[in-house]
Amino acid sequence: AEMAAARLSGTENRLVSLPLSRIRVIMKSSPEVSSINQDALFLTAKATELFVQYLATYSYKHGRGKEKNALTYTDLSHTAEECETFQFLADILPKKILASKYLKMLEKEKRDGEVREDDDEGEEEQDENEA
Amino acid sequence: MAERPEDLNLPNAVITRIIKEALPDGVSISKEARSAISRAASVFVLYATSCANNFAMKGKRKTLNAGDVLSAMEEMEFQRFVTPLKECLEVYRREQKGKKEARKDKDKKADSEEQDKSREEDNDDDDERMEEEEQNEEEEVDN
Repeated sequence: AEMAAARLSGTENRLVSLPLSRIRVIMKSSPEVSSINQDALFLTAKATELFVQYLATYSYKHGRGKEKNALTYTDLSHTAEECETFQFLADILPKKILASKYLKMLEKEKRDGEVREDDDEGEEEQDENEA
Repeated sequence: MAERPEDLNLPNAVITRIIKEALPDGVSISKEARSAISRAASVFVLYATSCANNFAMKGKRKTLNAGDVLSAMEEMEFQRFVTPLKECLEVYRREQKGKKEARKDKDKKADSEEQDKSREEDNDDDDERMEEEEQNEEEEVDN
C-alpha cells in the first residue's frame, strides 16, 4: 500500500493533489475569462479539493448509504436537492427513478387528471415535464 | 489513457483518493458515486471561475487574482473554505519563492536549460504579471 502511495507521484505530501494544468483547462473553457493569475489557479484547485471532501462527507453523513457503510449516488443527489449550498448541482445529479415507478407515476397522474376536473391542467403538464 | 486537450474531467485516481481520505476508513464508494463527484467537481470549477470573474470585472481587471477566488467562495456560500485557503496560499507563495531562488542558484551554476523548463511549466498567459511579481519578491528577499 505504501508503494502504491509513493507511485501516486508523492502527491500526498504536496500542497494540492489536483493537477493545476487540468484545472486551468476547465477554467479557460469559460468564455469571458481572459487570464488567470498563478495564485488564483492554485486557490481554485485547492478549493475544488475542499469541495470534493465537503460534498463526500456531507452526503455520507446525511445519507442512507452509511447504513451499509457506503457512499451512494443517491446520497449525493439527495444532498444536491436538499442542501441549498449544493443546489447548483441539482441538474447534474438528478434523482434516479426505476422505470416501473415512473410508469406508475404517469398512470397515477393520468388517473388524477381524469377524476379531478377542477385541477389546474397547466400544473400537471409541468409535473410531467419535470419527471 | 489518452487525454484530449479539451478534457474537462479531473483525474479519477486523484478524485478517488481525496474522497477516501475524507471519509471514515472502510467506507465503499460506488463507481457511479465517484463519477458523480468528479462531474460535480468540474462544475464547481466552472461556477467558481464564473463567480470570480465577476469580481475581476467589477474591479475592471482582466486577470483573475487570488482575491477574486476568495470572494467567489464567500458568494457561493463556501465561507468555510476561506481560512484554510488563505493558509494554503501562504505556504504556496513561500514554496514558489523558494523555487525561484533555487532557479537563481542553478543559473549561477550555468544551468540555463533547467530554467527554461521551469518557466514553461509555470506560465502561459500571465507572463507580464509573473515578471512583476518576481521583481517585487526580489525586493523583499532578506539574505
